[in-house]
Amino acid sequence: MIQVQNLTKKYNETKALDSVNFEVREGEVLGFLGPNGAGKSTAMKIITGFIAPTQGTVKVGDLDVVDNSFEIREKIGYLPETNPLYTDMKVHEYLKFVAQARQIPKQNRQDAIKRMIKVCGLDSVIHKTIDELSKGYRQRVGLAQAMVHDPDILIMDEPTSGLDPNQIVEIRDLIKKIGEKKTVILSTHILPEVTATCSRVIIINNGKIVAQGTSDELTSARAGQEIIYAKIRGDKERVSSVLSEYNQVKTVKTFSGGETGVHGFGIEISEGDGRELVYRCAVSNNWTLLEMYRKQENLEDVFRRLTTTEE
Amino acid sequence: MNLKPIQSSINNIKPIFKREFVSFFNSPIAYIFVAVFLVVTNWLFFTRFFLTGQANMREWFGLVPWLFLLLAPAITMRSWAEEKKSGTVEFLLTLPIRDWEVVIAKFLSSLSFLAVVLIFSLTIPITIGKLGDIDFGVIISGYVGAILMGAMYLSLGLLISSFTKNQIVSFLISLSVLFAIFIIGSNNVMSFLQGPLASIMQFLSSATHFNSIVKGIFDSRDIIYYLSFTALFIYLNIQTIGSRNWR
Repeated sequence: MIQVQNLTKKYNETKALDSVNFEVREGEVLGFLGPNGAGKSTAMKIITGFIAPTQGTVKVGDLDVVDNSFEIREKIGYLPETNPLYTDMKVHEYLKFVAQARQIPKQNRQDAIKRMIKVCGLDSVIHKTIDELSKGYRQRVGLAQAMVHDPDILIMDEPTSGLDPNQIVEIRDLIKKIGEKKTVILSTHILPEVTATCSRVIIINNGKIVAQGTSDELTSARAGQEIIYAKIRGDKERVSSVLSEYNQVKTVKTFSGGETGVHGFGIEISEGDGRELVYRCAVSNNWTLLEMYRKQENLEDVFRRLTTTEE
Repeated sequence: MNLKPIQSSINNIKPIFKREFVSFFNSPIAYIFVAVFLVVTNWLFFTRFFLTGQANMREWFGLVPWLFLLLAPAITMRSWAEEKKSGTVEFLLTLPIRDWEVVIAKFLSSLSFLAVVLIFSLTIPITIGKLGDIDFGVIISGYVGAILMGAMYLSLGLLISSFTKNQIVSFLISLSVLFAIFIIGSNNVMSFLQGPLASIMQFLSSATHFNSIVKGIFDSRDIIYYLSFTALFIYLNIQTIGSRNWR
């Protein structure tokens, strides 16, 4: 559906995007993940035709965003990061204006607006000036604006930023519902949002894609490198040294066990199932294994690892 | 002849035009400037009118270029600056509407607003028409001249508004540039200049052309002057809006 090839955008000498390649398939909900200033918004601005790329191409279907911007804009609904609205207008005036500007035929206009009011839950504010609305309602008006012409592709730049937890859940549910039928690209720096809404994730840092895949793929990419936390009753030094002798064990850290004679261990395993190893080791040495759990790298760890540069 | 592209452009321009036009009436600043324009011109005109006792509007049309220096920038200052500041420009320019259609819509809506202001000033010819015989030809020519000059002022104001996010900056720069264009043909400036430079300055000045139209002399050169500068500023405005696409 959307193909991005070798996309580069320079603002003066800084590269906001640097040779980015990715693809968005039809019906997919793609999440752009990255710290502020990573280039998420720039990529979206290029796809929506607001700015042109310095190099590279973006194709929507067979159309090019630079040469066929006009045709592409008809297919896209866009919610920019700042959710810009004409605040002097009333909600219904605004939606009518967008419907007209989007060239929705007159006989379908009322239905389209009514559908948006229902989907986005705008019933109670329809006669209010946008100025008077809370941030949550404004965001809903922004979503209604982006969807009123029933676009094939929906692009949303941080759709849940600045909302309270209840509103975030509401907007996420809404995006999930929309995502069943449409191709959606959304950006965020809130990690649970990706797991909650996106079918695939692209992590961007400093204008480059550092990882992409489903959130399961991303978290299991380093599945070998897991850490086993165990509480064992026994001699602290001896347990450490015995465990350290195994080839699969990279490091052993000790923690306080919380009870007398009990010690906590963080055992980093390079490959294989570390749980079995720890169990067998404890049995053969006659230690009492009181607690054990395996901690895999979650999306947050992946994100941190990929987006923080090690000095 | 294929009228479809024209029809589609009209359909694109219409909603933007309407929104812009209505938004003038949502802004207190526009009302203030309009009220000031009407009150000041009426006051200055009628205080002199009863002294001279002549049933014409020459005096009033003499005031118009001066007050347009304030009124036109006041109308256009928000146009692009506010869209850029609030970010709505990103929404506007990702609609399936061409850049030139947006620029034309903005220009036409500000010109329409100016026309509304001029309609309110029609009380003057109506009043003096009752008091004496007036030459309506000259008055119509004066109004046409005011619209032509207004169109040029507004197109320049829109262009300047597209350079900044700040309405006040937009207003002050427009005012200064318009003032400069206005005075370069005045007698004070002319007294310093000689030869071809003087005639170029005089040609470029917006005041010279307006004065002859107001006298009822319809010279095609004056009309071409206003229309071509309006077209130039609109063209430049389309270019500045398109500059976001520069690679």
